[in-house]
Amino acid sequence: MNQAVLEKDTNLEKDGGAETKLSIVDCDIHPAFSSQAELAKFLPQRWKQHLADYGPRSANPLVGTLPYPRMTPGNGMRRDAWPPNGGPPASDLAYLQEQLLDLLDIEYGILQPLAAGSSTLNQDLGVAMCAAVNDWQIDKWMDPEPRLKGSISVTQEDVPAALTEIEARINDKRFVQIAIPPRTIEPAGRRRYWPIYEAAEHYDMPIGMHSAAYGQHTNSGAGWLSFYIEEHYAFSHSLQSVLTSMIFEGVFERFPKLKLVVVEGGFAWAAPLAWRLDKQWERMRSEVPQVKRPPSEYLKENVWFTTQPIEEPENNRHLLDTLRWVGTDRLMFSTDYPHWDFDDPRYAFKVPLSPTERAQIFRDNARAVYRLP
Amino acid sequence: MSEAQTLERPVEAKAKYNLIDCDIHPSMKTPAEIHPYLSQRWRDHLATYGGHTRQGLSETLSHPRMVPEVSRVDSWPPAGGPPGSDLPFLREQHLDGLGIDLGVLVPLRFNASGQRHPDLAVALAVAINDWQIGKFLEPEPRLRGSIIATQEDPASAVAEINRRASDKRFLQILLPPRSIEPLGKRRHWPIFEAAVSHNLPISMHVGGVGGHQATGAGWPSYYIEEHHSQVQTMEAVIASLIFEGVFEQFPQLKLSFVEGGFSWVPAYGWRMDKAWAAMRDEVPHVKRPPSEYLRENIWFTTQPMEEPNPAKNLTDTLRWIGTDRLMFSTDYPHWDFDDPRYAFKVPLTADEKAAIFAGNAVNFYGLN
Amino acid sequence: MNEMIRSLDSKPALSTVGAIDCDLHPASPATAALMPYLDEYWRETFIMRGVDRMSLAMTASPPRSPINVRSDWKAKSGFAGDTLEAVRAQALDPFGTRLAICNVLNGAMIMHSDDMAAALCGAVNEWLAREWLDKEPRLRGSIIVSAQNADLAVAEIEKRVADNRFVQILILAQNDEPLGRRRYWPIYEAAARNRLPVCIHAGGSNRHAPTATGWPSFFVEAYVAQGSIFESQLLSLVAEGVFHKVPDLKVVCAESGFTWLPSFFWRADKTWRGVRAETPWVTEQPSDIVKRHVRFTLQPVEAPLETDALTRTLEHVDCDDILLFSTDYPHAQFEGLNALPAALGETLARKIMIGNPLATYPRIAADFAKEVAK
Repeated sequence: MNQAVLEKDTNLEKDGGAETKLSIVDCDIHPAFSSQAELAKFLPQRWKQHLADYGPRSANPLVGTLPYPRMTPGNGMRRDAWPPNGGPPASDLAYLQEQLLDLLDIEYGILQPLAAGSSTLNQDLGVAMCAAVNDWQIDKWMDPEPRLKGSISVTQEDVPAALTEIEARINDKRFVQIAIPPRTIEPAGRRRYWPIYEAAEHYDMPIGMHSAAYGQHTNSGAGWLSFYIEEHYAFSHSLQSVLTSMIFEGVFERFPKLKLVVVEGGFAWAAPLAWRLDKQWERMRSEVPQVKRPPSEYLKENVWFTTQPIEEPENNRHLLDTLRWVGTDRLMFSTDYPHWDFDDPRYAFKVPLSPTERAQIFRDNARAVYRLP
Repeated sequence: MSEAQTLERPVEAKAKYNLIDCDIHPSMKTPAEIHPYLSQRWRDHLATYGGHTRQGLSETLSHPRMVPEVSRVDSWPPAGGPPGSDLPFLREQHLDGLGIDLGVLVPLRFNASGQRHPDLAVALAVAINDWQIGKFLEPEPRLRGSIIATQEDPASAVAEINRRASDKRFLQILLPPRSIEPLGKRRHWPIFEAAVSHNLPISMHVGGVGGHQATGAGWPSYYIEEHHSQVQTMEAVIASLIFEGVFEQFPQLKLSFVEGGFSWVPAYGWRMDKAWAAMRDEVPHVKRPPSEYLRENIWFTTQPMEEPNPAKNLTDTLRWIGTDRLMFSTDYPHWDFDDPRYAFKVPLTADEKAAIFAGNAVNFYGLN
Repeated sequence: MNEMIRSLDSKPALSTVGAIDCDLHPASPATAALMPYLDEYWRETFIMRGVDRMSLAMTASPPRSPINVRSDWKAKSGFAGDTLEAVRAQALDPFGTRLAICNVLNGAMIMHSDDMAAALCGAVNEWLAREWLDKEPRLRGSIIVSAQNADLAVAEIEKRVADNRFVQILILAQNDEPLGRRRYWPIYEAAARNRLPVCIHAGGSNRHAPTATGWPSFFVEAYVAQGSIFESQLLSLVAEGVFHKVPDLKVVCAESGFTWLPSFFWRADKTWRGVRAETPWVTEQPSDIVKRHVRFTLQPVEAPLETDALTRTLEHVDCDDILLFSTDYPHAQFEGLNALPAALGETLARKIMIGNPLATYPRIAADFAKEVAK
């Protein structure tokens, strides 16, 4: 992508006062291991050996790959993201700085490590792997590059261990959220997970739920899907289920200051979901007396959405309705680097945004939610 | 001598108990019978939303049984109501009729543990425990109860166990083998801790709606398959308890598996032992061969009695399991009821009979 | 608020007189009521096993919940729509309905034994014909089948098709596998061959959790989740190439909601552009395929009606053909007689009430043509 092409693209802001040099916060970057052995460096010997003998053991039926092959090598990476010095996309800090942070003027990037430890069936292994991935984030990314911020990965199915890990990391201010996958054993609002939400609210740390490639249930309510197009789509459903569950179980009543970020599900569906929730709650609130307010109110107060993959209406201007319904204060820009469906901040929004809206979405909402310096 | 060693000796039944029935199913004349034990809020809830379990049919088992109410044709009370709902008839036909000294109630109605609504689950569990007292335990001293505990909500389960523990008419804690996660997982351990602290055994009766397919192979089509699948479920629970290290953490814990039969037990023990021998470094907290925990912490009720051909093969099974690990049960009023007079088709010594028909249960329930 | 005031006036914002109601629910029959419609083997075995005394109510639709029974339609039994008198007096006469399609939601569809499910579904269909369609000329029926065994489902369709009052096939939204998968194709082929749409109705077998995150605790939560299941089903039908293989197939999504359609179109189309190499038979964008082959019953209308949400959403959808009028009686989806939101406007409302159903249901169109000809 050369500079001339950049400057020629006039499709973006119709409003004259747009900041062309807006520093942005990228809420979804996927750092990678250079090799299988890289995480093992951060594991105690016992678990190094265990991993070598027994592997990570999760609900994923394939050990080394995803059962829904992506369309590009490396489990769905941008073809141009392979570092010239070798290793998979996003495994090389220098190349990531060049291709992403520097090129796109990213002031802060939030790491989403998608820790395998959150999904392993062996609880103690999961604890060890989460701790290791948190150490790895510090060592490989956050120490050398102050623009990168980390996510405390925890074993949400083993709550006492999760709390221990949170306590262990909370004083390192470079960790800006607690990461939990949405595809948990039980719906995310169930009380077994509440101690984690309590800790998050107490420390004013958002919970970040990034769409997950597998969990212990079918990947859709309709059953196991056949194709990647369906599986990709269904990421948005698991995030919708999370929101529905947390609202109806009364999580946001119990923890009114809890911040929840749903990541990599898109966001246009949030508007009809809010309408749906409100309508059914009106009818059936006697089942859930713990839900004291219309569900859409919690969505407007406790939940944020990262923008990628941003939906693309055939008529661009329809997105303006969506932005109005969801609220530009609830959106936080993300690239999802280095995945194939990466959103480039220069082109992602095909509708005009006012300078305020642009600043909100590309920077200010995230700075507030993540309490960035 | 450790308590584990004490349990191994066959125990002669005390004169007080000659016949203990570890599995009687009480029922309600109508679903409304539970109402006095529920607050208005839950009565209203049941009237509008009903029960809400993790399966397709809301009021019926997933695989229809072969007879109405799964019960013996002759067990319908003359005064009306379904089998097991009429105390006078239950006394006459069963307790008096068979000379039962002590019968343990295993209520399966309403499926409290399987309810998705967390507060309804607790309300129903408490209500069913109260109902057992009101309808059966108060008027009939030969009957004992099971504390329904909501395994998906361990804190509430522990609270209910603590509340009932001093009422000695409750002999055990009842958990369903089918749950959201295998029952050996650590989040269930507070329940085991409570059981041990109160010297209460835990009983797992076949059934439960855990929200998973009935077999690891998927959903069976026919009742014959589903009936059999309970065995595999019990095997899975036993493996979970052992391999998660529950019996290392709680060596005093006593568990019984009810209505799953028992002939599968020895071979399953051998299978676990062999796998453990090869892979024990995956589970270093499992310090002994799995079959040892089977031998020390787990009991099985006898019904449905196995019927090998030739019958004498059962003798091997009994020897492998240990006649001290079996506790007689009838499963009254269900159709595959075992009559104590005819259930055993192999010769047993007097000591063995006494142990199976009462002595082992005396140990298990701490009645001595 | 305005809706409430209008309902007190008992004059709806938009008239429904002459409408074709594409989703009406007579109360599901008690199993005992099905006995006369079973053959001897099933009668005998059901009596022996006590199945005739069993309720086949489904967890996915608790029959007395506030959504399933509107309070002013509730009979003393706690159910609604359980007599012909009630349906006439509550669902047909007050709306001025011309024709209504009966969708009977019964656990027959979800029994594990294929033969038992097929026998019970057949009995429900026969019961509907004898006790409802025979007695009320304004009623039409859906042939319910258990999708799990395509051969038996096709047999039931072929058997029932001679009765012209059956105007579509009915299956539930949640089954063993996503509905686009090939095991289900014989059902679609039979439907298209007989010019009958396939109606996918909210509800399901719960053979697995209804979300990828496990079992929702509450019915209200599970009910909301059904919308996602419909999205998955649409994408499955498209991605597997069902409409490519069976080009005459029409699908009706009933009680699915529809305000999620725009976001579905935007996301599905965009993803298709990136990954279409895996499904090369999908030669057009998913939204075009859905707009051509799929219709949606009107209820529930999930939008805040006091705002412009519905108007804008319909503009986003950009397909006036896509909605089919329904009351979803006796489910509580609107107040009074206000089945048609005012925002639709008269022209679109008439299309939804009459034009679109006629275009979707050839048998109903043929009935109308006959009447005109008389």
